[in-house]
Amino acid sequence: MNATIDYKKSTIDAVIAGLMALVLFGPVVGVVLQGYGFTTEFDRVAWMVAVVAIGRFAISSFLQSNKGKEILFKHSSGDDTGVVVKSPDYKSNMVWIIPVVILIGLMVPFIASKYVLTVIILGLIYVLLGLGLNIVVGLAGLLDLGFVGFYAIGAYGLALGYEYLGLGFWSMLPIAAILAAIAGAILGFPVLRMHGDYLAIVTLGFGEIIRLILNNWSAVTHGPNGVSAPLPQLFGLEFKRRSRDGTPFHEFFNLDYNSGFKYMFVYLILFIVVLLVLHVKQRLVKMPIGRAWEALREDEIACRSLGLNHVLVKLSAFMMGASVAGIAGVFFATYQGFVNPSSFTFMESALILAIVVLGGMGSTLGVVIAAFFLTVAPELLREFAEYRVLMFGILMVVMMIWKPRGLVRVTRTGFATRKGVLK
Amino acid sequence: MSALMQFKDVDVYYGPIQALKKVSLDVNTGEIVTLIGSNGAGKSTLLMSIFGQPRVSSGEIIYRGEDISQKSAHYVASNGLAQSPEGRRVFPGMTVEENLLMGTIPIGMEHAQEDMQKMFDIFPRLKERRNQRASTMSGGEQQMLAIARALMSRPKLLLLDEPSLGLAPIVVKQIFQVLKEVATSGMTIFLVEQNANHALKLADRGYVMVNGEIRMTGTGDELLVNPDVRDAYLGGH
Repeated sequence: MNATIDYKKSTIDAVIAGLMALVLFGPVVGVVLQGYGFTTEFDRVAWMVAVVAIGRFAISSFLQSNKGKEILFKHSSGDDTGVVVKSPDYKSNMVWIIPVVILIGLMVPFIASKYVLTVIILGLIYVLLGLGLNIVVGLAGLLDLGFVGFYAIGAYGLALGYEYLGLGFWSMLPIAAILAAIAGAILGFPVLRMHGDYLAIVTLGFGEIIRLILNNWSAVTHGPNGVSAPLPQLFGLEFKRRSRDGTPFHEFFNLDYNSGFKYMFVYLILFIVVLLVLHVKQRLVKMPIGRAWEALREDEIACRSLGLNHVLVKLSAFMMGASVAGIAGVFFATYQGFVNPSSFTFMESALILAIVVLGGMGSTLGVVIAAFFLTVAPELLREFAEYRVLMFGILMVVMMIWKPRGLVRVTRTGFATRKGVLK
Repeated sequence: MSALMQFKDVDVYYGPIQALKKVSLDVNTGEIVTLIGSNGAGKSTLLMSIFGQPRVSSGEIIYRGEDISQKSAHYVASNGLAQSPEGRRVFPGMTVEENLLMGTIPIGMEHAQEDMQKMFDIFPRLKERRNQRASTMSGGEQQMLAIARALMSRPKLLLLDEPSLGLAPIVVKQIFQVLKEVATSGMTIFLVEQNANHALKLADRGYVMVNGEIRMTGTGDELLVNPDVRDAYLGGH
């Protein structure tokens, strides 16, 4: 491949980019308001336009060279044809990384400061949410915009369960999962016949209904004032400075009181739960139900002609995803110590969906990375808080151009019959 | 010869529009029966109504002595009726092997390995491409895969919806060659086709459908020489 650089094309590109920069920067940078008048600063605009035009010229020329073409080819989405399937007996040589990650994960609370720990907890909660939604959207292909509803059910389940029934963190953990799963089934039934956009709208409505109930049924939920949620206990030991009934954790172990203990504890449980969910998800994908989800995503009519009970398959996806979100909700409530309806707006659903899309639909590793990125990055970039949504938008646009299938391309090992397991 | 599947005065509506009008036909064990007709005659509707999509509003579909017209799709499919749907509908992101394994849903994976080997004998092309994703294959290969997938459930009756759809003439020829082989192994086939020439040559008996009604019936050879059928479906030569 012998590249000849077409400088005429590059010049045209540069002129177009320069004109666009002029339109964009002209009024923003070139005009400075002073009281009721204004002064014009043309040299600043000229500089900016020049930088953009020269930069565009350089990029355009570079991309026409051999090296540039190579890069362009590597990142073009044209050859991107979806999932990569490895042979069923493929064994990854990266297996050693799992114990390393677990070890690091278990060490984090003893190294990290309290602030970093809280950020990581939030990140892990979103990992859970992303994994849950990944089952519904990524595997089963059902676009759910009201996922935050199940999250709210989990969180309020803990807060209200404690207030009215005296249920603690540990008993609510499974109950919230079951409650959310039931809610998933209730949502699942009416939407069985729907696809794509219609399904998205109905689920969007569902999420809003949950939020509005929490907001307006003040007799039970205390409305916008919110409810406080209990902390987890370790075999009856509380993580408070003083306990009304029983011994606090630090006194039992003869430690000085540290308000970080409770976060360490929440983190450790959460970490184990995330590992469990990851494990379950990996297994599910290889089980017939996981195959059925993927088949349903790829072609519903084919599934039904093959005798797949699509009602069961869809409902199970909704319920599985919802129960994971319910668990995430319990952790959120206990981590915040307080819940109110403003935590469960549509923006949350959009964020969770963004995690799944950004990470790559159906990709576990991608979702984990994206969840951390989207929750931790805003914390690190506190100074740019006003630009958060702008950056988010730019990120999405860039992703859709360069990596439309998400950060991590879905790679899975093929599915083979197992001898002696299935009769 | 006993009837394996029988339509008795079946009416089907799409809202106010009647798609099937008092359709009666039967498929006997071991036969190849074809249903031909032009676009919009109701051929696919008839095939789909076996699975309750759309539901039959009156009449009966008797399959092995049982009325299945009001049963759910998965019930029907898990009782020995396998369909290769219109437009192939293979799972694009799954490999050939995985697609075939999806075909075993109704009966479980007990015979999966053995049956898959059998499919590879019938369709050697699929064996070459066993670890390839279905979306990367040609239309003809996908059609073979769709038929093989349907056969994986060891059906008593194989329903085929336009296997020649969108395929080059030479590929259509291959497909029908394979169907002939499958039929000689004793499989009962109900074939819905627009390609009347190929379908009637293959079939023992045929039905001609016009505007939701069965107009004509006869053996494949009879219909093939019938002047009306020739005019309407075989280009009038």
